[in-house]
Amino acid sequence: MPATLKVPTTSYDVRRHRLSNGLRVVLAPDRSAPVVAIAVYYDVGWRSEPEGRTGFAHLFEHLMFQGSASLEKMEHAHYVMSSGGTLNGSTRLDYTNYFEVLPSNALERGLFLEADRMRSPRVTEENLANQIAVVKEEIKVNVLNQPYGGFPWLLLPTLLFKTFPNAHNGYGGFEDLDNATVEDASGFFKRYYAPGNAVLAVGGDMDPDETLALIEKHFGDIPRRKTPPRPSFAEPAPTSEQRGEVVDAKAPTPAVALGWRVPDPLGDMEAYLPFAVLSEVLVRGDASRFRQRLVHDEHLVTDISASVGLLEDPFDVRDPTIFVVTAFHGGEVSSDDVVRAIDEEIDRLCRDGLDDGELSRIQARIAATLLTRQDFVLGRTLAMASLEQQREDPGLVAELPALIGSVTAEQVVGAAATLQPDRRARLDLVPGGSR
Amino acid sequence: MSAPARAVPGLTKPRRAKLPTLAERTVANGLRVVAVRRGGVPMVHVRLRVPFAGRQASHLPKRLVLEATMTSGTGSHSRNELAVALQEVGAALSVSTDTDSLLLRGESLRSGVPRLLELIAELVTDAQYPKDAVVGEVSRLQTQLRQRLSQPGEIAAEALRNRLYAGHPYGRDLPDPADIAAVTAGAVRTLHRRWVVPPGSLLVMVGDITPARALDQVEKALAQWSGDATKPAPAPHVPTGGDLTLVDRPGAVQSNLRVGGPGLSRRDGDYAALSLANVAFGGYFASRLTQNIREDKGYTYSPRSGLVHGASASGFVLEADVATEVTAPSLVEIAYELGRIATSPITSRELESAVNYLSGLLAMQTATQAGLAGVLETLLADGLDVSWLREHPAALARATVDDVLEQARRFLAPAGLATIVVGDASRVGESVAALSPVVIRDGE
Repeated sequence: MPATLKVPTTSYDVRRHRLSNGLRVVLAPDRSAPVVAIAVYYDVGWRSEPEGRTGFAHLFEHLMFQGSASLEKMEHAHYVMSSGGTLNGSTRLDYTNYFEVLPSNALERGLFLEADRMRSPRVTEENLANQIAVVKEEIKVNVLNQPYGGFPWLLLPTLLFKTFPNAHNGYGGFEDLDNATVEDASGFFKRYYAPGNAVLAVGGDMDPDETLALIEKHFGDIPRRKTPPRPSFAEPAPTSEQRGEVVDAKAPTPAVALGWRVPDPLGDMEAYLPFAVLSEVLVRGDASRFRQRLVHDEHLVTDISASVGLLEDPFDVRDPTIFVVTAFHGGEVSSDDVVRAIDEEIDRLCRDGLDDGELSRIQARIAATLLTRQDFVLGRTLAMASLEQQREDPGLVAELPALIGSVTAEQVVGAAATLQPDRRARLDLVPGGSR
Repeated sequence: MSAPARAVPGLTKPRRAKLPTLAERTVANGLRVVAVRRGGVPMVHVRLRVPFAGRQASHLPKRLVLEATMTSGTGSHSRNELAVALQEVGAALSVSTDTDSLLLRGESLRSGVPRLLELIAELVTDAQYPKDAVVGEVSRLQTQLRQRLSQPGEIAAEALRNRLYAGHPYGRDLPDPADIAAVTAGAVRTLHRRWVVPPGSLLVMVGDITPARALDQVEKALAQWSGDATKPAPAPHVPTGGDLTLVDRPGAVQSNLRVGGPGLSRRDGDYAALSLANVAFGGYFASRLTQNIREDKGYTYSPRSGLVHGASASGFVLEADVATEVTAPSLVEIAYELGRIATSPITSRELESAVNYLSGLLAMQTATQAGLAGVLETLLADGLDVSWLREHPAALARATVDDVLEQARRFLAPAGLATIVVGDASRVGESVAALSPVVIRDGE
């Protein structure tokens, strides 16, 4: 086998524009299948929602599907799906996105639909009450009625961060959701959904010049509004281990999560990238360090994962963000034993370094995963929109495999050396179930 | 937040996707191989599907242990060496099983294909199932099973399977932990020898390849694989209707509703019409079900219905996780919508929307390497061929509202469907009993 594999590269024709109202546009044609993807990213996530309104950014995402200037409730979804497309949206720490994948003959229709709600969503008392009820059911499905629900993403940040934007529950408390008003929605839209605070990306089967003309036609006359300043959410990292415990009455077995702060993904990419490689060295595949020892050799855990970021991927989150390790086990051993083995493996990596070939095979595997994600026009278009929004560099999507490939063994070991107990948060899940 | 209404743009002329060109060969040992070039990114996706429809009750725990241990070592490589060998060429390989098949799903950087095929061949011909690996995975599976049994969605799906397919292998997907504990390395090796054989198996490869060369590579790698054909399971008899099953889950803040019954295979001439009935009813966000119990009443987050397919039976399944306090009202609305679609025609607008949605969905699913590999593997294993990608949209376009009504009456009528509720019986039992005779089961 070759010691170092040459990772093949891709390239995309990526064009960037800015409309006079401030909307940033990314166009990436690809005529290989008659499908287009449209993504709109607003530069507001749950870090920006006000105290007393936890969950509002996500609730507002739901309200954006409730009709707009020219569309009744449900019409947006109806027009997308009756054109042969699908749609969705999501809310994260630093952004809220909306997207459609459509047969390419519905491109103009899709652009119109996104423009219509960027111009003027239709929020009524009735729709607000309806979507508060729907969001509560969403939270019950994923958290309250679900063993391990929200573990660890809802609680780990409360240990690792002290400030409201970084620490609070982005799904929201039921009381805060109930207190949301139409006026809140109106103010939130006015402040954060300005065209200058958004990115529109279109990828796939389209002509970029014609598409830009369609974008001008439908988005161009949305009035320019003041773009909100983006505050720094920086805060100091912990200097001692922060412990927390949650009793989960529905869970039959224990779990434990560890989190550490990592360097600024945008301000210090060189220091940040090695963590994206490190997570894979630890958990990707049966030969990874944690899986080999904790799953296979010592049967300490049933599952173990590691990642940069809790819900985001490593390249669509801003500072501050975290490195997280989550382990589930049967309770035959204690969570302390599990954490001890994790610490020992991190120490061993720091002491002995990576094995021969270990780095290059992990880099090849990450590259392959990135390539597969790029193959889907939606995955590629979402990544481009996010990279434009956060880094003003949508073409980076094609360069990520090479960037990952440029990380050195010393950098990976250096990243591992920061994963010390006195810098971390530890959240224990204690099963409270009767069975 | 108000602005004057504007007209929604129409659709432009559609551009049809090209039908993929299949290169195909059946190897002397019985393995069917299909290769398709799809550029895109420099990756290749491989799926090997092996019939695996054991009929004995002991088949289920054994196949779960087999899938967990198939990559734990061969005559030439340890588990660790296999994992390293895959990653060295940018590849990954997973093993899964269901009631009908064993599926090996691999992907690799373009240059790694020969190595990936060698390793797949090594697994099917020479997996060793070392005793310590089997013992370790048996213990891990028991814990994972306890974790799955705590999930309300798993409990509900299993309860519906029990109702629809009692006495048939499709009736269970969650064995007792004790049955897992009884599985030995020897039993897994015997299972592998009997079932992991080339006759009836299908290997699909899609990606940045030269198809003719890919066929040669597969034949070369897998020519030594041998074994005798296995038999598929007989079709289950699916009972219709019956009492509502209430599975008690004390303290639950939601009730997981599942409603199901038989469906049609993709091979059936009426499948397109039934697909359209399902979509208009609950198969997409713009459906009646979502409009009613989510967007109008706020009872639930993600209600949906779908058609599910096994090798020997197909089904219709509706899922809705609703607030505990509106459990009975949700059942009323579901029965109303099922009754409505089974007795009155959908509108021509609903029909057109469903036709376009399903045609568009197929175009989207086949637009990526991995998606096309999955669709082809499913279609070919179902006894269809690639022309279905063209014929199915045509059949959808031909269907009339009367055709849809006829299939809705056959398969979506509430009288013919089984209903499961997983929830807090002390809070929902009485109101649910006002709607239907109820059998209460313990959640354990």
